[in-house]
Amino acid sequence: MNNRNVYMTDELQAIYDQTVGFVAKEVTPFGDAWEQDGKVPRSVLQKMGELGMFSLRVPEEHGGLGMGMLASATFSEALGASTYAGFDVTVLVHTDMSSPHLVNGGTDAQLAQWLPGVLDGTTVVSIGVSEPDAGSDVAGVRTKAVKDGDGWRINGTKTFITNAVYGDLTIVLARTSDEKYGLSTFLVPADTEGFSVAKKLDKHGWRCSDTAELVLDDVWVSDDQLLGTIHRGFYETMRNFQNERMVLVGMGVGSAQAAIDLTNKYCQERAAFGGHLFDLGAIRQRMAMNQAKIDAVRASMYHAAWLSDSGQDNVKEMSGVKAWGCEAINQVMYDCLQFHGGMGYMRESTIERMYRDARILPIGGGATEVMLEEVAKRSY
Amino acid sequence: MKVAVCVKQIPDPALPGELDPSTNTLKRTDKPILDESDSYGVELALQLVEAAGGGTVTLVSMAPNSEVAGLRTALAMGADGAILVSDEALAGTDALGTAKVLAAAIKRAEPDLVLAGVESSDGYTGTVPEQIAAAMGIASVTFAKKIEVVDGGLKIQRQTDNGYDDVTCPMPALVSVTGGVVEPRYPSFKGIMAAKKKPVDEVGIADLGIDASEVGQGGARQETVAVVDAEARESGEIVVDEGEAFERIVQYLTELKVI
Ligand SMILES: Cc1cc2nc3c(=O)[nH]c(=O)nc-3n(C[C@H](O)[C@H](O)[C@H](O)COP(=O)(O)OP(=O)(O)OC[C@H]3O[C@@H](n4cnc5c(N)ncnc54)[C@H](O)[C@@H]3O)c2cc1C
Repeated sequence: MNNRNVYMTDELQAIYDQTVGFVAKEVTPFGDAWEQDGKVPRSVLQKMGELGMFSLRVPEEHGGLGMGMLASATFSEALGASTYAGFDVTVLVHTDMSSPHLVNGGTDAQLAQWLPGVLDGTTVVSIGVSEPDAGSDVAGVRTKAVKDGDGWRINGTKTFITNAVYGDLTIVLARTSDEKYGLSTFLVPADTEGFSVAKKLDKHGWRCSDTAELVLDDVWVSDDQLLGTIHRGFYETMRNFQNERMVLVGMGVGSAQAAIDLTNKYCQERAAFGGHLFDLGAIRQRMAMNQAKIDAVRASMYHAAWLSDSGQDNVKEMSGVKAWGCEAINQVMYDCLQFHGGMGYMRESTIERMYRDARILPIGGGATEVMLEEVAKRSY
Repeated sequence: MKVAVCVKQIPDPALPGELDPSTNTLKRTDKPILDESDSYGVELALQLVEAAGGGTVTLVSMAPNSEVAGLRTALAMGADGAILVSDEALAGTDALGTAKVLAAAIKRAEPDLVLAGVESSDGYTGTVPEQIAAAMGIASVTFAKKIEVVDGGLKIQRQTDNGYDDVTCPMPALVSVTGGVVEPRYPSFKGIMAAKKKPVDEVGIADLGIDASEVGQGGARQETVAVVDAEARESGEIVVDEGEAFERIVQYLTELKVI
């Protein structure tokens, strides 16, 4: 009952309920095995595709529902209830961080070629921006695309790329001019010659999400694989940043709420000092504060989404909630683990995993410090 | 093929329910949900219409305050439309009154087949489906686990304690569906969005030609006179195994005549 807010229509509520119900049945019971395997089975993604769960942001004329950021906020929060953030991010990189670039910049032919697979989960998409020497500083991208006949020859390395070990299509940001922001994006299918996974990266959390280091060794792509406008890739990539930030907050809110719920339950059942842990003022008050924090993050996120859906700029608001929201989510996870005591430190406990999973949130998709600069820049 | 499915919108069983002490009936103030035991009927109806190569699935529900939240879930699964009976005069209606109202509403859909759950998850009288069939003057089969249309009639596997009976019956008929016999489909996101635009025909008792004196608290012939807490379960016998526990368990099961 915590998701209710003024922005949530009956349909969004139904999408929320449906998603929470789906993950409870199809994800959470199997999550441990996926964490071991380091991947989410494709069959689950295809099942989601069949149910239209990848269609929220795809325009109606291409078979989607053409909805806005509020829909993504709702969906991401609902996925968070799975407690397996590695699963949540697998889905959200596909739906909200990668394929929007295709939707925003794709030609009719590109959309016709790729969107059916995006919608039904047979084409899993990743976004290749980060490099060993370019993370927060996107303009530092060194991967280079040089004109070659009817296409482009691309060379470089990408790292920390989610969904690229087992995915099908990577949207690659590469330098096409010597100007500082002279970057362009290209559609690179996984089976392109010269395009390979150099390493499957081993991570602190998000263990069922696959993360790749990619090498582009003389990869040749044709002109019609250029996505959007030549040399405008930097700005086009930025266009989706608010959405990317938001869904990371959304999945974090969903999982923080799940962590609060399971910790409250644990503390209410754990006998200590002649009562239960939850009877202790220090614990109940801190957990109440945690609930208040998450309620506030959730409200700010939906508000920032609504700003965008109603045609207003939301960079300050979304950057702000990405910064403090992801910090708050980590504070909540810290407390939740703390109140599980030694059990919380055990690999078998859910909270131990959730605590690890949350740590990336203030780093990925715009580190806290970078987000705060966005707020500061707009504060005078 | 035209199938009507009775669906009840009930208080969310995940939330703590409360009784109204003045009437001993369940308080129905929160947004209701689709009774899970009706989702099987919805699924079977959709499958039957698909197998027939066409037709309609119409939901029929009686609920206070023009409530449609639970109906939308079933519409999102794929039902084509709904008839909702909502009328202040219906507060406190008993099982028989409910059946009469639903029968009148179902007639508007002119169905070949009416499906219902065996019993609702909030009321548990388990009598409404057969009362509807009686009020409509049509055949009724209970506890169906499988339904097929064969030669213009119905072939039904009717669940029994030991297995099932094969039963045939002409149409139109009312069939109550045992919970859990099919996997109700997830509504697709598209289905959810489409559900809002599907027709819900809201009617009052006057539209159904029913007089207020036949329904509601006044018309009810059934009264909940008292509500008492269920007896707490006694703890079972613990058999400590010192090598011969199996003997005590065999003896216990023999006493119960289960082996
Ligand atoms: C699990 C995982 C999945 C990822 N998935 C993807 C993906 O799918 N696609 C993709 O392109 N990238 C992906 N990334 C990369 C991610 O977006 C970057 O890690 C992030 O942008 C930070 O870049 P960096 O790691 O190079 O850190 P740096 O840029 O080196 O920053 C290090 C730290 O310095 C501080 N800092 C940086 N800039 C500033 C500043 N301007 N002011 C103050 N402090 C600052 C921050 O605290 C930051 O955490 C992923 C990363 C991880 C760990």
